[in-house]
Amino acid sequence: MMKKVLLLAAIALLAFALWPFVRDVGLAEPGELATAYLERGPAELGTANVVTSIVVSYRGFDTLGEVTVLFTATAGVGGLLARRKSGHGRKKAAERGATDASEILKTASRLLSPLLVLFGVYIFLHGHLTPGGGFQGGVIIATAVLIGLLADPEAGLAHGVMHLVEGLSGFAYVALGAVGLWFTGVQAGFLDPRFLPLGELGRLASAGAIPIIYSLVGLKVGAELTGILDAMKEDAE
Amino acid sequence: MLDGRTTLDLVIGFLGLLMILAALWSVLSKRLLSSVLLSGAVSLLASLVFLALGAPDVAMTEAAIGSALTTMVFLYSLSRMKVEQDAHEDGGAS
Repeated sequence: MMKKVLLLAAIALLAFALWPFVRDVGLAEPGELATAYLERGPAELGTANVVTSIVVSYRGFDTLGEVTVLFTATAGVGGLLARRKSGHGRKKAAERGATDASEILKTASRLLSPLLVLFGVYIFLHGHLTPGGGFQGGVIIATAVLIGLLADPEAGLAHGVMHLVEGLSGFAYVALGAVGLWFTGVQAGFLDPRFLPLGELGRLASAGAIPIIYSLVGLKVGAELTGILDAMKEDAE
Repeated sequence: MLDGRTTLDLVIGFLGLLMILAALWSVLSKRLLSSVLLSGAVSLLASLVFLALGAPDVAMTEAAIGSALTTMVFLYSLSRMKVEQDAHEDGGAS
């Protein structure tokens, strides 16, 4: 009883402490740095979506860190689960007594999976124009694979292809960052996308190397999350 | 007549209330499966709040990762726990 009262008091205190932020939400003027990003992003980098100009370019190094964190997490999950299952081979679904997926799920997954992959690719290719980008597109691709895995438990993934895609896109991401460092002139920095022409605002082929970088991030995130789901699924069996 | 600001406040307040209810239900629920699904629902409602506040990028991430992928990872872990529990019970009975 005492514990519950203390818990409620703590929650009430937290709500009271956070109330000013909630009350002023959407009212506060953007700060100096945010104003600079909002005003200079489209002109300097040619991105219609300001969030992307920050994520890929102004804060590109943080994004590289995020990708690294995700890679480490995937490697950890894969390593732990792979060691555990090396003792026994995979059992067939029928031997485990698993029931087959319903006809509705199978048909819907056959229809939806390719469309979802296409949507994911659209999201990360248009990261500099519309909301979303590499991370969101990659997750949507992983969701497409997930639907396929749910509908057909026997389905296996081409692990070699996935590892190749993940490794190559990660390498190309860092290589492009280094290219930005060397070929953009005096003010260049790591991951500067301006070594390609900026083009016209709002076109697909614009914003320098941002579409390429975000596509690589999308492929890498998609391959990694698919790998996590596949490892979890095989371990759950 | 409601102006835009009041409408936004009402929408966010309603979604926030639903989020709190879903979160409480998820914590208090006795079944792990409902807890997992309800925590996914909290993420889905949070993504709606982000959308109402004009942050579609964050909303997409929250909807895809919070409500789809995390829920699936939890569900796979749940089924793995069940398998181990069954194996344990079988071993104990024989």
